[in-house]
Amino acid sequence: MKKSLFSPLATWKNFAKVPVTIQYPKEDLDVFDKPGASPSYRGLHTNDLAKCVGCGTCEDICPTNAIRMVPGPNEGPGKKGVIPEIDYGRCCFCGFCVDVCTSGSLSMSRDYIQTAAHPLDKIGEAELREIKRVFTVAPNGEHGENPGHSTDDEESWLDLERIEMEEIPTSERVESFMEVVRGFSREQAHKEASRCVECELCVDTCPAHMEIPKYIKAIWQDDLKQAVEIMYHTNPLPGICGRVCTHKCETVCSMSLRGEPVAIRWLKRYAVDNLPEEEYRKVIAQEIVRKEQKVAVVGSGPSGLAAAYYLSLAGYQVTIFEALSKAGGMMRVGVPKYRLPDSAISRDIDHIVSLGAEIRLNTRVGRDVSLGELHEQFDAVYISTGLHLGRPLGFDAEKLSHVRQSIDLLREFRLTGEMPTAERVAIIGGGNVAMDIARTMARLQKSRYGKVHVVLASLETRDIMPADEEEIIESGEEGVEIHPGWGPADIQTDGDRVTGIEFKRCIQVFDEEKRFSPRFDEDDRIKFEVDMVVESVGQASDMSYIDKELIEKIEMTPRRQVKVSDEGQTSLPWLFAGGDIVHGPDAITAIADGHAAARGIEAYLNGGH
Amino acid sequence: MTTTLDFAELTELTRTDKYVQYELFFGPNFPGMHGNFGYILDVAGSTITGVRANPGLLHRGFEKLMEQKLWLQNLSLIPRICVVDPDPNEVAYCTAIERIMGLEIPERAKYIRTITLEMSRLASYLMGMGALGAMMGLYTAMYRMISDRDTLLDLFEWLTGARIYHIYNMPGGVRRDIPEGWTERLLQTLDALESNIPEWDRLVFENPIVIKRLTGIGPLSADEAVGMGIVGPNLRATGFKADVRIDDPYAAYPYLEIERPDAGGGGDALARAVQIRLEYEATIRLIRQAVRQLPGGDYRLKLGNPLRMIVPKGDAYARVESSKGEFGYYVVSDGGVKPYRVSVRGPSLPAGLYLCNKHLPGMLIDDVAIWMASLAVCPPDFDK
Repeated sequence: MKKSLFSPLATWKNFAKVPVTIQYPKEDLDVFDKPGASPSYRGLHTNDLAKCVGCGTCEDICPTNAIRMVPGPNEGPGKKGVIPEIDYGRCCFCGFCVDVCTSGSLSMSRDYIQTAAHPLDKIGEAELREIKRVFTVAPNGEHGENPGHSTDDEESWLDLERIEMEEIPTSERVESFMEVVRGFSREQAHKEASRCVECELCVDTCPAHMEIPKYIKAIWQDDLKQAVEIMYHTNPLPGICGRVCTHKCETVCSMSLRGEPVAIRWLKRYAVDNLPEEEYRKVIAQEIVRKEQKVAVVGSGPSGLAAAYYLSLAGYQVTIFEALSKAGGMMRVGVPKYRLPDSAISRDIDHIVSLGAEIRLNTRVGRDVSLGELHEQFDAVYISTGLHLGRPLGFDAEKLSHVRQSIDLLREFRLTGEMPTAERVAIIGGGNVAMDIARTMARLQKSRYGKVHVVLASLETRDIMPADEEEIIESGEEGVEIHPGWGPADIQTDGDRVTGIEFKRCIQVFDEEKRFSPRFDEDDRIKFEVDMVVESVGQASDMSYIDKELIEKIEMTPRRQVKVSDEGQTSLPWLFAGGDIVHGPDAITAIADGHAAARGIEAYLNGGH
Repeated sequence: MTTTLDFAELTELTRTDKYVQYELFFGPNFPGMHGNFGYILDVAGSTITGVRANPGLLHRGFEKLMEQKLWLQNLSLIPRICVVDPDPNEVAYCTAIERIMGLEIPERAKYIRTITLEMSRLASYLMGMGALGAMMGLYTAMYRMISDRDTLLDLFEWLTGARIYHIYNMPGGVRRDIPEGWTERLLQTLDALESNIPEWDRLVFENPIVIKRLTGIGPLSADEAVGMGIVGPNLRATGFKADVRIDDPYAAYPYLEIERPDAGGGGDALARAVQIRLEYEATIRLIRQAVRQLPGGDYRLKLGNPLRMIVPKGDAYARVESSKGEFGYYVVSDGGVKPYRVSVRGPSLPAGLYLCNKHLPGMLIDDVAIWMASLAVCPPDFDK
């Protein structure tokens, strides 16, 4: 070191320097774009309450247990009505809650000062509230204008992409009626099940309130027996629902807010298909205390089967009356094989019947036995006869053999393996049934004529077409020509033959009050030369099987549906109803109805009401 | 009445062996103590005759707590094991998990980890060099170096969202990508830090008072240091070239040229101080090198739902060269969502708990704090 007389004066060179300390709060740290903390600072939380669904994932990940869910303003479908409350006495500001937020509502701000207006030694009521306000906070939009640590989809810790389901290639698909979806492998199912954050939004939305997170967790833990056992608490047709359920659960899945929903339906299918039969039997076999009372179930669709299962479990002697030659109702005769193979239906039904219920096939109530007689022979009756009639559009040509209702064709094909087809077919309708018949036609045409020629027109434009998105896409892939936004104008005929169909442009489907009220542009038309027309614009119930003197006593809703209590009881105490005839077409709602009716019947037979 | 001083008696008093032996609790309240730790010193006069380390005052049950929390939840706990130099803990824990899972993280993540690790080393050295000055009453060094350290913490705050507990690494990579403009700012900061080095030299390393006080304190030979398990700059100051970054490379170190500064191998407190000072300069150059080579691409592998993250059955030991030497994490998984066992090897444990028995007896009380600072004894290393 150089020695110098001036060495002691070295410090004076700092005399004119700007001080490194800052006089907070008069001035603030000024090293980033804005004065104050950094743009990614993990400070006090802010929560966009309009986006928060209350899934509680923040609560689950919080390493310090600082978060608990408290009632909040976020109510409504797909929301749980709770929001996170943070105890800043525990919070360590790690920001994990933000990184796992399913909706992206929770973020952190650059604000970090926690101060109460009063010193702690002067605590009164007001001061206590003030302290609580500072330390235990359910974050809202406050601090939102000073954003810090936040998460985009890329930074999120969640697994936002679902495992892709393998399907038969399009070219092979249309060659046969083989099931299109292949199902998950063990590894795929495990990975997909691991995506669930157990928010339970699905449970609230499922009509049957299936304990979805619980069975997904069991699948993740590779305990298929437990998974199936959990399914049977609320749904005795998991094999069927694992394939064709309308999966309302997936539409609210919190993973869908930033990514793709958990494949709940395919996971259910995986568990049911992969549990060995002897293990499955152990799940089904239960100690049942038999009772003397007898219950008749009319219709062996999902609702009737569900009711039969829970009534059998309760010990009642159940007899199911089925008009057709095969059991399963609309699941058997409405849904094509490539979506729901016979083996899956039969397996579910076999398990239900194994509890002691009897199915009488080819026995039509109203023809072979009257409802009145059932009332005499049985202690209670559950009717779930479904919507097996089409809704004709009212064209003159409908009397011809080549103008048909989709629902009739599908039933005929499923029961006999045969149905009329033609080289060129037009289909009217944009729902799932229209897609079913279109894709069935395509397969038949392919095998009979070697090529597909199906034209499908729906009133609704592509964005509001009621069919499932994948159904529309897959129909297109299989060669169905889809024309959204057209309504039928005329079916052209030549004697007994159909020669063509004309459509007019639909300019409105629903009016301002969301009521069905189609309007057309009569001048804008398209024409197709076809040999056959299939109408698929809705379904209706056939209640003519009910005895005249009874039907008068059954109260109906203004929409001509049977009026029932929460537990399915009609205005006749011994008669319960459910399924499509009460709530419209949906299998899982029908199953929920069957379960509710079983509870209602049990209460009724125990002398409740 | 006036009392006359008996000079003969006074002269007698300056002889330490005439003092009565007493016990001194050199604990957390003592200004020179680093954190919540204590030595129970047997003292005669101001000379130490015996020592018992008294850890446990800081026991935070970290290792046990880690068994109760999810793999990722532990990330918020781990940097707390070493406040001054937290990143090596994060990287060691994550690397151990990645080894069990058999993961190869993206190149960019490796470089980002390396840059933050080296920044953390700089921040820690600044604290260490400042503390060394402070232990000798040279508080100016502490103040000035802490102010330099703050410029690094600003960068950490920008990159990770926090100044001290960055919680930035996670299995598979890092939590966030480098923000725009950050690397430029980092290079500017490095230039500023480098330009201050001559002043630190004048203030501390060439300061005759400092040199006189440090010389001869806590001498270590290479053999002795290796036998004791002394690591890092303390070991290198004895002339033994050991560096985990070179011997067992991790993150992006295999792709970088790492300097091995030589402080002469004296092995005493002065050699250790100079070693740190030289490594500080080398670290600045190493960060520049890493920034120059920083590749593009992903900064993290996605490992799925954190609530259901499973680490396959197995175990791994991962070590990281921290500012104090080898920080090791031994992680055991039984295939569940939580660790079965995590064991932490703190670098300054051998010095703080065992070497003290050899070095402290015979030393003056005044030198205990300097000895601790020169060996960077950090109580959280043994209370975890």
